[in-house]
Amino acid sequence: MRHSDLTTALTDRTAKTFLGILFGAVLIVALLNLLVPAESGLHVSSYTVSLLGKYLCYALLALALDLVWGYCGILSLGHGAFFALGGYAMGMYLMRQIGDRGVYGHPTLPDFMVFLNWEELPWYWHGFDSFGFAMIMVALVPGVLAFVFGWLAFRSRVTGVYLSIITQALTYALMLAFFRNELGFGGNNGLTDFKDILGFSLREDSTRVALLIASAVALGGAFVLSRWITGTRLGRTVMAVRDAESRARFLGYRTEHYKLWIFTLSAVLAGIAGALYVPQVGIINPGEFSPLNSIELVVWVAVGGRATLYGAVIGAILVNYGKTVFTGVMPEAWLFALGGLFVAVTVFLPQGLVGLAQSLLKPKRQPDATDKEADHEPA
Amino acid sequence: MPRVLLLIFMLLGVAGTALAQTSAAPTDDAGQTTMASPDGEGRPSESVAPGVSKEEALRTSLAKFKSRDFDVKAEAIETIARSGHERGEALLQALLDRELLHDLAGDRIVLGEQADGGWALRDPISEEDVGRAEARAARPVIINNRLRQQIRDLKSVTALANPNPLNRREAARRLVGNTDPVVLDALRARQAEEANPLVKGVIDTALNIAVLRDPASHLNERLNAIDAVAGSLEPAVRNVLRDRLAQSDAAAERNAAERALSKIDQRTERYETADTLFFGLSLGSVLLLAAIGLAITFGVMGVINMAHGELIMLGAYTTFVVQQIFPDGHEWSLLVALPAAFLVSALVGIVIERGVIRFLYGRPLETLLATFGVSLILQQAVRVIFSPLNRSVVTPEWMSGALEINPIFSLTYNRLYIIVFALIVFFALQLVLKKTRLGLQVRAVSQNRGTARAMGIRSERVNALTFGLGSGIAGIAGVALAQLTNVGPNLGQAYIIDSFMVVVFGGVGNLWGTLTAAFSLGIANKIIEPMAGAVLAKIMVLVFIILFIQRKPRGLFPQRGRAAEE
Repeated sequence: MRHSDLTTALTDRTAKTFLGILFGAVLIVALLNLLVPAESGLHVSSYTVSLLGKYLCYALLALALDLVWGYCGILSLGHGAFFALGGYAMGMYLMRQIGDRGVYGHPTLPDFMVFLNWEELPWYWHGFDSFGFAMIMVALVPGVLAFVFGWLAFRSRVTGVYLSIITQALTYALMLAFFRNELGFGGNNGLTDFKDILGFSLREDSTRVALLIASAVALGGAFVLSRWITGTRLGRTVMAVRDAESRARFLGYRTEHYKLWIFTLSAVLAGIAGALYVPQVGIINPGEFSPLNSIELVVWVAVGGRATLYGAVIGAILVNYGKTVFTGVMPEAWLFALGGLFVAVTVFLPQGLVGLAQSLLKPKRQPDATDKEADHEPA
Repeated sequence: MPRVLLLIFMLLGVAGTALAQTSAAPTDDAGQTTMASPDGEGRPSESVAPGVSKEEALRTSLAKFKSRDFDVKAEAIETIARSGHERGEALLQALLDRELLHDLAGDRIVLGEQADGGWALRDPISEEDVGRAEARAARPVIINNRLRQQIRDLKSVTALANPNPLNRREAARRLVGNTDPVVLDALRARQAEEANPLVKGVIDTALNIAVLRDPASHLNERLNAIDAVAGSLEPAVRNVLRDRLAQSDAAAERNAAERALSKIDQRTERYETADTLFFGLSLGSVLLLAAIGLAITFGVMGVINMAHGELIMLGAYTTFVVQQIFPDGHEWSLLVALPAAFLVSALVGIVIERGVIRFLYGRPLETLLATFGVSLILQQAVRVIFSPLNRSVVTPEWMSGALEINPIFSLTYNRLYIIVFALIVFFALQLVLKKTRLGLQVRAVSQNRGTARAMGIRSERVNALTFGLGSGIAGIAGVALAQLTNVGPNLGQAYIIDSFMVVVFGGVGNLWGTLTAAFSLGIANKIIEPMAGAVLAKIMVLVFIILFIQRKPRGLFPQRGRAAEE
């Protein structure tokens, strides 16, 4: 699996299959939605289009987590925070786009600020009327937070479970903070009632399809980028850090730099996923910061299989499809199913579905090789 | 550690006082009933008269309530209070509650309750049914705020003669700042008889304030009064001293008032600190209870149990179920709930260990995920069985109320008991770990599994039992938490992150560290809270811990030696 330059990352068989299925499916859905009349049995509703778009955003988020967990062994239980921050940055742009069409009709202030009797826009809301600025913030805010947090954590060698728990505390603290009205992000109602993006109405089918395609492009791009990175020297060092951190350090690698680098990149990807997610679901609120969301995300990756990238994508889509079906048919059973999934995957399927498929397809390996594999298993 | 021990002894001392106070509570109730009796001591003697004429006098006074003149009504209230009739107290209360009616048809004063769009009437003295009246045919006797205050004062004056000193003190406190001559006469009369120093102190304060409020009083009298009240924490004292400071012509008096005020301020500040400390300790003990089971499973065994919060929740629900089984036993059902909750949570814990965790030893992150799945299942199971709504657990009588130290500082019993209880659980656990065979085996297995097995310890069984112990303690914590918060499916989630923070902050594998961490985080939270608000305080504490772990990744009291290497 050597693919040290971008062209091989794009053209090897796995990448081709993945990108082919991804864009093929999205294209079919887009065409069936836009061209086939609504009466036809083949028509795909715009609800389905947005749902698929949502799944793709989740898949991108799962991919971001797989990058740190699968390849670097950092189990972040706070990745939902980066996702939500990206979402809030996009939400702020969309709020500013409402302009004077809000309930109170104030030219600059969003409805909730008028409601709270605020006189003017807080300083951190300035600039978000520009799409470009908002997009920079989508990447910058989660990136900087991850950088600062990671710099503090990795430098003092906080690892394993401790790191997991403080990432969870991070997202929990942010959730509490965003629930406060005084923070200026709409309190527990969050940001909603969006009207349009870049001048296109969010209610239009064509806008929804465009957002779906944008999500697919982001996911495909992130997939190729991640594959390329994991094939480079840097990526291989990251994996060495995962497998034996002390050994890598003694060999002279500054392991904390590698971890910080990959953690920050992953946070940026998560932020982008959040930014694409918000216009498709039409709301962002502090619930996205809840620790449960972040931990649910971990199970998507675990179900799919770690350190494969496409495994995370498959896991995210399958689990979320299951969630949609379950919560529709028998809502009480969903949490039982999710809980069972956590237990079953960790106990019976440590390598996820991808690992299961591989072990079924490939001939049995030599026993000593299996042992070696087990030693290097990411914790 | 000696400092910690000292603190604990202090707390046990306070707890002892609390227990003494509760045993006085039944007499308190008895005192309430005797309050209405005509033979209460210290009652003005002129009212002693034969029963029949007393009743006639009472009826004459009641008739005055037909008048629209508030002065006439005030007079009537006065005579009723002094009549010494056993119904006097109840009638004045009825007047306050708007249950004393003027029946326009019969032109009489009666007791009445609203019934079927009209009034059900009763005789004010015999309480016999005397028919009913249409809604418009009767109207409640109208009183104004002055009369309301008068009734309350009179009730307090009556209560000054209550046999229970706590009630007497309470009554005297209500009269502090009152300058009504009738009230002052009653206070003076009581002052002469009062034997209890606490009650006497309050009465003295009340009389001294009266001196300061009296424009005719002599300067020396006032100076003496100021000296006497300096340091008293009654709000009325502060008010009167402020007034004297602003109004007095004599420099000596102004100086004295200023000195007294600053003394009061100092004391107030001291007690406010004590109050914060107490709340911090009680929050700390809640944290300790929630975290201590985790200190066993996570700290000693190294198992990340994300379902720990749900084990606490199961304990809380067990309390609820036990109360449903014994609907009349609220006073003692906690004693059943404690072992029941321990057993329920311990059994569930052992099932989790045998069914899931034992396959995942040595893979901490997988354990975290699997137990998280278990927590989801447990939460949802509770939602399905008990409904997603919160259930309320009845707090027993002996846990409600407060131990009042002075007007601005009181200790609520439920918090006091939680502090004591948390410490008892903590030391019991220490004993189990240090003195029992199981404890020895637990420590052996956690230090070196291989050697322990070579010595003949069945490590599998020890694992299950240890996990059961930690889980059972979580269940006991649930019983305690059920007394403080709502019992609902999300109860556990509220505590899981806090518990981990406490254990990690204190240093994994160190029970003393857990104790110190729980109390210091609790107190820190309560110190920040008034400055920044509850949510911000919590965030600040979380951020502090995050930063702290960066500095000292292994907590306050890190483990040393071989065990630390793993």
